[in-house]
Amino acid sequence: MAVQVQTAGFDPGQLLNALHQADAGVGAVVSFVGYMRDFNDGQAVARMFLEHYPGMTEKALQAIEIQARERWPLLHVHILHRVGDLAPGEPIVFVGVSSAHRQAAFSACDFIMDYLKTRAPLWKKEQGAEGAHWVDGRDSDQQAAARW
Amino acid sequence: MIRISYFARYREHLNQSGEQLEWQPSLTSIETLRQLLLQRGGAWQVLAEGNLMCARNQELVSPAEPLADGDEIAFFPPVTGG
Repeated sequence: MAVQVQTAGFDPGQLLNALHQADAGVGAVVSFVGYMRDFNDGQAVARMFLEHYPGMTEKALQAIEIQARERWPLLHVHILHRVGDLAPGEPIVFVGVSSAHRQAAFSACDFIMDYLKTRAPLWKKEQGAEGAHWVDGRDSDQQAAARW
Repeated sequence: MIRISYFARYREHLNQSGEQLEWQPSLTSIETLRQLLLQRGGAWQVLAEGNLMCARNQELVSPAEPLADGDEIAFFPPVTGG
């Protein structure tokens, strides 16, 4: 079980390489890295705060990993999500999946992100020149999660 | 006793991160708890939002989920991580 929720930054390349280094049975690694943008909905964003539900956020991510493993033959799964204060350009989330063959890894990574965005208790608050506001959930994320 | 937590926009709107309520048998589901909180009026109307999400003992559930003494309940707006 590799789920982490942390305030500290991380190096996506290091996490990506770690997914195959310890296991010569890995034939495919697929990863997703989400970064904080300096622009959203037509407005400049200077800072972001990510709120979470301590305890439940970790459990929700673990539950998503378990569901992914039930659907695809995966070797390693690493889900890392940052919380607290973030600046533009910083990585927010890393999802890395390894498997013997590529299709399982592609699908599982896609699935994990869709479920994370609609089921993990995390909330973004953006700070711009015109003040701070909570980011609204997107219907397109709900539709993406419903595909599975 | 029921512990209730509010997160993100709801936490700010209600000006509190949580509270404890005495258990009462009339609280048969999360929906009845929500109705009780809505009766407070004012800022509490935020809990009437149609896309409100809720958790029971740190698991996502629907408002129809039953309640039991000792439960940890949370109300929050749609999640926006990732």
